[in-house]
Formats: sequence, C-alpha cells, structure tokens
Amino acid sequence: MTSMTALASGRYRRGELHEFQASGQPFVYLVSAGAIFALDEGANAALRRLDETELSHGELVQALIDGGYARQDAEELIRELLFVQGIVSDTVRQAVTPGPRTPPADFPLQALVLNITNQCNLACTYCYEFGADKIATPQGKPKYMTLDTAKGSVDFLLQSSAGRQAVHITFFGGETLMNFKLLREVVLYASAQAAAQDRAITFSLTTNATLLTDEIIAFLSDKEIGVTVSMDGPPDLQDRHRVYKSGKGSYAVIEPRLRKLIAGHRTRAITARVTLTNGVTDVVRIYRHLKDDLGFHEVGFAPVTNSGERDYMIDDNGMDTVLAQFHELADEWLEYALRGQMHGFTNVSETIGELIQGVNKSHPCGAGLGLLGVSPSGDLSPCHRFTDADTHTLGHISTGLDSEKREDFLSRGHVSAKYECSTCWARPLCAGGCHHEAFVRYGDTGHANLHYCDWIREWTDTCLRIYGALSVQNPQFLERFAARKGLS
Amino acid sequence: MKHLRPLNLKAARIDQSASLLEEDVVALQQQPPKPHIPMGCTLSFSPGWEVDAGGGTAGLCQPVERDIYDCYVTCFWPVQVPDHVNYSPDWAANCAVATKDWRNLDLVFP
Repeated sequence: MTSMTALASGRYRRGELHEFQASGQPFVYLVSAGAIFALDEGANAALRRLDETELSHGELVQALIDGGYARQDAEELIRELLFVQGIVSDTVRQAVTPGPRTPPADFPLQALVLNITNQCNLACTYCYEFGADKIATPQGKPKYMTLDTAKGSVDFLLQSSAGRQAVHITFFGGETLMNFKLLREVVLYASAQAAAQDRAITFSLTTNATLLTDEIIAFLSDKEIGVTVSMDGPPDLQDRHRVYKSGKGSYAVIEPRLRKLIAGHRTRAITARVTLTNGVTDVVRIYRHLKDDLGFHEVGFAPVTNSGERDYMIDDNGMDTVLAQFHELADEWLEYALRGQMHGFTNVSETIGELIQGVNKSHPCGAGLGLLGVSPSGDLSPCHRFTDADTHTLGHISTGLDSEKREDFLSRGHVSAKYECSTCWARPLCAGGCHHEAFVRYGDTGHANLHYCDWIREWTDTCLRIYGALSVQNPQFLERFAARKGLS
Repeated sequence: MKHLRPLNLKAARIDQSASLLEEDVVALQQQPPKPHIPMGCTLSFSPGWEVDAGGGTAGLCQPVERDIYDCYVTCFWPVQVPDHVNYSPDWAANCAVATKDWRNLDLVFP
C-alpha cells in the first residue's frame, strides 16, 4: 500500500493559478475553473514551498512539518490543494477536457440585436461601420428595416429561444433613432407576442442622442427601454471625432437632449459608452463630465477598434495614460464600495460581476450562441458589428440559422482554438477578446487579440484585488452587488 | 475545506463537491471520527486481505481462509489458487473445514 501512495503522488508543482494580495492577505484565482479562494497561512505556506521547485509528497509533508505544521494538517493541506488543482502531481495526468467543437444544436437564443437602419446622421471618423476599417457591404441592400422583417425577427427570436422565460431585443444602427417609428411598432408587437406566451421581453437601444425628443424620451421611459449613448466626453473631445458630415461637432446638439433624457427617463439606468482614440485618453476628465456634469448612471470605456494602421488609434504611450487613469477610477470604485456605495465606472462593475459568478468562457461573448445580429434586410450575423457584412452572414430570419456557418464561426472563436490563450491565466474572462476586433486587426475572427493581452491581464489583476479587498473589508457589498445584478 | 475559503460562486461549488467527497470516501481504520462498519463486515474484498473495522480478522463473519474455496471452486482468481475446472478438480478433497484441515492443501505445479 505504501508503494501505491508513492506511485500516485509523484512530484508536486504549482497548478495553473494566479496569486494576488489584497488587504495584506493572499488569494488565488484558479484558472481552470474561474474560482477565487482566500488562502490561510498553511495553504500559502504549502504554495511557497513549491515556488522554486517540485517536491514529492514526503518532501512537501516534511517541509510543512519543519515549518511548524502537524503531520495531519500537512496531509490535509495537500489534499485540499490537490482537490482544487492549486497543486498538481506529475503522475496524475489531468483529464483532458477538450473544448466542445460545436455548441448544442438547440442552443436557445437569448437576445437579438436589430439593426433597424444602416443609415447614420453623423459621420464619426473612427466608425467601424462606415470608417476606413469597415467590413459591411451594404450596397444594394435595404437601408431601413421594414415592419415585416422586424416582426419576422421577433417571431424568430421567440421561436428560437425555447425554454427561456425572458428574452431581450437591442435596437441598433446606423443611428437607431432614424427609424424610431419602426422601433415603437416593434416594442408594441414584441411585448404583445411575449405576453401571449406568458413570457417576458425587455428592450434596450444604442443611440448617438442627436435625435432624442420629448416624445421619444417619454416612450423609452414608459416602456422601460435601457439606453446606451455613444459619446466621447466634454465638447473638445466629443467634437474631435463625433461629427456631422459637414465636420461640425455634435456636442452642442446632444447636450440639452441628454439632460432631458437623464431627467425624464427614470425606469432604467442610462449609460454612456466612450470610444478612446488618439488624443481622447483623458479618462478621468471624461468620466467626471459624463457622470457628474451630465448625470449618466454608468460610464464605460473601450479603445477604438482598428486595423492597427489608423491615425486615430491609440499608441502604446496613449494606452499607458489610459491604464493609469483606469487605475485611478478603479481605486475610487473600491472606496465607494467599501462605503457601500455603487460607483458608475462600468469597466470595473462588469468584471466584478463576472468574478462573482466565476465565469469560465468558451467564447469571448455570446455572439453566435445566445445572441445574433439582424441586418435591415433580415440577414443574421454573429452580432451587430458584423451586420451587412456578406462574409459573415449566418442565415436569414426567414430561413433560420445556417448551422454550418455558425459552427465554423464558433469553432474558430473557441478559446481552446487560440494557441496563445492556452497559457494565459486571464483566459476564463477574456477568451481571446472580441471576434470583430480580431477580424479587423488580423483578418480572422478566431485570432486572439494579442495587442491587448498585457492590458487585459493587468486589468483583470486590478479587478481581482478589488474583489479580494471587498471580500475582507465589506463582503456584504459583494452579496448586494450580486443580488442587484441578478447573479446570485 | 479548512484551508481554502471560497469567495465566488464557482469556488463555492468546488467547496461543496469537496465536502461531498469527504463524506463519500473514508479510510476503514482512520482515526476519529471512525466510519461505522457493522461488526462482522469488511469493505475490503481482496481475498486474504479482509480485516474488520478494528483492523483484525477475528470478528469477520467468515474466516478469511474460506476465501480460498471461492477462489478455487468458482475460479474467479485462478492465478492465486489451483484451478478447479482445468487441472486440479480434487485439490480440496482432503480439506473439509479450512480452519482445521488447511494443512492438507498442497502446492500444485500446473
């Protein structure tokens, strides 16, 4: 029996984990699971013994006994660490868990993004739909979605989401509000259809805010439609890229409309989505303006998607500026949370929400899985960013999903198909990053977004440390946060 | 788990499965708390290796020597004992009661 134990234990080494400290205490993020554990002194001591070297079972037990632990404690420590794969043995081969190459054929839809028009009244220079790196091929296709196509999309969503009690529709463009007449019809139709099936349906939209009116705001509030406004900050930054075709900036047009929207729409959070570009990296100033001056509930930031050759892209120095300011806001987020208050910096809130669940993503997002985009013509695509792009059509609402094309898209995008991700500890949350960003940058939706790796790892570590600090100093906040986000 | 405190939902699930495992597999002779094994029973089914919950053989409902007949007659472990079916049909003929007559069992060389 003794020989069997020795045979089974082999030599131990650290498993695939990311260690971090918060509030002076040690934590681990277990990469194979997306789980977060606080370590006690003993568990930390056991991992420290394996920092530089591999040890046999007997050696590790002896090292812990030498460190003042009883034999039984040492055995228990090793057993627990082995169980969670915090340490692994070279003789116990890990069960290979290959990623599923294909999702279940009946994977139910959860959300549709309806591009109700591909027309826009602005001409933002960095736009992924109309700018230099566009992939859309809208020539000869309808510019506005018809009511028939929209109703067909609603029916398609309800049919393809069997088993889900609640589904969601996001309205998108182009500029969404250029087809508000249709939007209103769709909300009424979809609500009635869902109610007839005793199911729930919720709505949201993204807009540049130039076309908001009192009537529209009242409708959005009345129907509890979530609103995301694409905008870049105070006048000097907003008007740098977010301009009319004449070159005139849009800030002066949207400012009074935004104030009315935020004052008049009380049923859903109003969020701003900021695109960071060369020269538009002043994250803290942008945040202060949008949150404090205009009154947005939440503000999220993302660097502009581009091929890596555009003059509006952020260079490495710019990214350093962005990250430094992200950290400033992250510290503020934690201060708020320790006082029990919600902070509006979406980039932290989103990650904390995922960390609470311990997500471990097969794909970076739900595109092609629970979410699809619909073009004005009714073509299906993985998400709104691929709308009207012939090379990425996944079928049509009248004929359904093209399962072969979807399978190809999802196989490429699976995290296990991205070689660089296999050794990265941040992959449970990142899974290689946006399919569309990868296509624009590398010409392949299945390529890992390597230009962001360092940034993603640093940011994930920051959010983990916030999580650790909260678990020590204000664990109730995490519970309330989870309940509020519907995660628990 | 005692040394790892779960902090998110995924960790809580791992912790839960760890506690299920702890109750599922126990060493027969582990120090307190001892698992409950009815007197006379063994959980080890390796012929000749059975022990009761106290680590002894006296309290088992059958003498371990009885196993040799199961191995012999049913051939379920023919490598260890003479093969009743193929070449040693009379091997146990002189051994009516194993605890008394085991000396009559001879070596065989197939």
